[in-house]
Amino acid sequence: MSDNKTPQKSTGLHIGTPAPGCKKKDPILVADNIKKSFGGLTAVDVAHLEIPKNAITALIGPNGAGKTTLFNLLTGFDTADTGEWHLMGNSLAGVPSFKVAKMGQVRTFQLTKALGLLTVMDNMKLGAKDQGGESIFKALLPGTWRKQDNEIGEKAMELLKRFKLDAKKDDFAASLSGGQRKLLEMARALMTDPTLVMLDEPMAGVNPALTQSLLDHVLDLKQQGMTVLFVEHDMHMVRHIADWVVVMAEGQVVAEGPADTVMKEQAVIDAYLGAHQDTDLGVVTGRIDIIDEGGAK
Amino acid sequence: MDWGMILNNTLAGFLTPATIAFALAALGLAMHFGFAGLLNFGIAGFMAIGGYGYAISVLTFGFPWWAGMLMGILGSVIFALILGIPTLRLRGDYLAIATIAAAEIARLLFLTTAFTDVTGSADGLFGFNTRPDGSGFQNANPIPPGTYGFGPFTYNEQTLWVLIFGLGVLAVAVWLLWALMRSPWGRVIKGIREDEEAIRSLGKNVFAYKLQALVIGGVFGALGGIVYTAAQNISPGVYVTSFTFFVWTALLLGGAATIFGPVIGAVIFWVIQAFLSNLLPALSLSGVLPVSTTQASTLRFVLVGIGLMLLVIYRPQGIFGDKRELTFVR
Amino acid sequence: MSERVVEVKDLVAGYLPGVNILNGTNFHADKGELIGIIGPNGAGKSTLLKAIFGLVKVREGSITLNGESIVGLKPNALVSKGVGFIPQTNNVFPSLTIEENLQMGIFQQPENYKERLDFVVSIFEELGKRLKQRAGSLSGGERQMVAMSRALMMDPTVLLLDEPSAGLSPVRQDEAFLRVSDINKAGVTCIMVEQNARRCLQIADRGYVLDQGKDAVVGTGRELLNDPQVVGLYLGTLGS
Repeated sequence: MSDNKTPQKSTGLHIGTPAPGCKKKDPILVADNIKKSFGGLTAVDVAHLEIPKNAITALIGPNGAGKTTLFNLLTGFDTADTGEWHLMGNSLAGVPSFKVAKMGQVRTFQLTKALGLLTVMDNMKLGAKDQGGESIFKALLPGTWRKQDNEIGEKAMELLKRFKLDAKKDDFAASLSGGQRKLLEMARALMTDPTLVMLDEPMAGVNPALTQSLLDHVLDLKQQGMTVLFVEHDMHMVRHIADWVVVMAEGQVVAEGPADTVMKEQAVIDAYLGAHQDTDLGVVTGRIDIIDEGGAK
Repeated sequence: MDWGMILNNTLAGFLTPATIAFALAALGLAMHFGFAGLLNFGIAGFMAIGGYGYAISVLTFGFPWWAGMLMGILGSVIFALILGIPTLRLRGDYLAIATIAAAEIARLLFLTTAFTDVTGSADGLFGFNTRPDGSGFQNANPIPPGTYGFGPFTYNEQTLWVLIFGLGVLAVAVWLLWALMRSPWGRVIKGIREDEEAIRSLGKNVFAYKLQALVIGGVFGALGGIVYTAAQNISPGVYVTSFTFFVWTALLLGGAATIFGPVIGAVIFWVIQAFLSNLLPALSLSGVLPVSTTQASTLRFVLVGIGLMLLVIYRPQGIFGDKRELTFVR
Repeated sequence: MSERVVEVKDLVAGYLPGVNILNGTNFHADKGELIGIIGPNGAGKSTLLKAIFGLVKVREGSITLNGESIVGLKPNALVSKGVGFIPQTNNVFPSLTIEENLQMGIFQQPENYKERLDFVVSIFEELGKRLKQRAGSLSGGERQMVAMSRALMMDPTVLLLDEPSAGLSPVRQDEAFLRVSDINKAGVTCIMVEQNARRCLQIADRGYVLDQGKDAVVGTGRELLNDPQVVGLYLGTLGS
């Protein structure tokens, strides 16, 4: 079994003391005053948020904290009531989701959107940008897109091999297991050569033993110069790879900082991590004693 | 019971201008629904606009036949844009309702006496295929007068010309659909059919693609209307909503998301139609069916309806469809 | 010798024709036990649960509840026999209030509503305060609570839970596991499928590791937690 190499964490990402809304030395995404309400309920109310470039940032927080809503707002899948945000200087407010994706900010979904009725390879090819053959007129002239399509196919195979899905390339995505579909969605998102990859609960539903390889893939993204922002509930994963952690609760950013310090903050423990984070529940429930006393009940 | 005549008329149904027109309309619907997942319940409207566009251009504006046909196609493109731009951002069910309404509006505009000078209203239009100035479709017929073919497949030179033209148009349409769907553009369309948000997240302008699919399918429908009209005359009574559902039956029968399925489905449907419209009156005449001949003739629509229901329940993928590929099959 | 409540022998089942997810699984739960079922994706964990509850067709093998065969019985029949099922997703009626959701749970025995409501609210105090709230406005963890309460309304003897911690934040996950443990201590035999294998095994009496439709490893919760092979293949080493 491979041992977990402890990844090199990036440090010194922030300016000043780590606090909600603190500035970063090299931010890739800067958001100001983003608000979104659903019928009286404030889902998101972020005064200021900067995401550091070429680092892995984790967005954690209880359910209903607004993490996915924030994702949706930043990527154009939902419209904010107010707010401005810039990706590497380009304003994204009001930009429709497909344009945001074209500009290099790509996202995955909490409920996987692997296209089950298409093959794995077709799923992958759909990810590639600037495909001539996707224009309706060029589509009729295979000469204009055949070569590019083959190149895209090769790039797809490389990615599929990395994610161990190459054997399944001609299978319909619906025949993949839940965890494999997650991998496919991630691999497909990488076909767009993004600069900022936003993963919404990439480990949800994935077998713990597969988590390690998924984490390696996320670390690879950083190696290749991409920036990662991910939402997760798996604290082991967050501690293992996150360079920076942003904590949201009730729509606001309540804490920011390196993983170790943030996860020790009492407010974060109370609202999110729980007091039993590092204890065995068998002890907490008193079951271990029962079992030690001699066999099953 | 004259089985010989029944058989003869049934076989004739394999190859008539109506069959070809149906196949073209089914191809249009295959693009709309089978591949792009757009619920279009107004394909009859596209056909009507194609046919009327052609006929009116020739009769009222004196266009030569090929220009008239192009006008019919242009009309369907405009119709698709008017229909699509407001509705394609809505949920699929709303597009369905909008298409039924749009097709009915088109038919009623052709029916109203307000435009009777141009549309002929309830009487429809005729006399545009052969023009006194020689610019009509039949004027361009290179086939010398006579009877051609054998047995049930006997045609005069006019019908033969329409058939050759129609088959040519059908071949081009089939090729176009095939070429588009095997290209990256087709891949995006199939993705949209399943999950628009996923496709948006990959940087594709979903609205533009849906509009393109709507226009192309609409053009196929218009071509169907044109071929139908080139064979005879045009009247609004043909393009009723039940006509749309016949096209749907043909589409689902053959296989909604296939290239040849719609064509085969249209042929089978038309042949069965021909069979029933000959058999049922004959059964009524010979006393087997205790109904009048007119009632027997309408009985075939009942049977078509039942057939459609059984199809959707037991084999929604049709003859050639692949169950694994269809969004509407569970 | 404890009573065998649920017994599954050589079970073969699947969703699509010709494709078997479960390939001869053996499983049993005795009265009062808390059983954990873990394993990789596609191993058949949820399928096993659904087969027991009559949601998936059994192709071969047997399933008995308190000795009598329940193969082929519809879920509503199983509810009458004291089996409760908590699905992973879509587990509340979003347009109904919490109270109405609970009423749906005791649909078969409306006369016991008041008594069961008092019992359920005693375990889930928070729910008692928000009975009129629309279930659709609840967060994932809160819906989980409602789903569990609804299953408890029928006073089940066996509770089937499909990934109760899925999608929940760490503190809510721990709460979910603690709740299941409490419910089990109150006398309900609990069978839970879990992706959070570590937590599941910490509270389980016995565990089954399913792989490719078969029970690959069986043991007590502690045995499995400490088995290096299980850790390597299924639990992952990150948590250590």
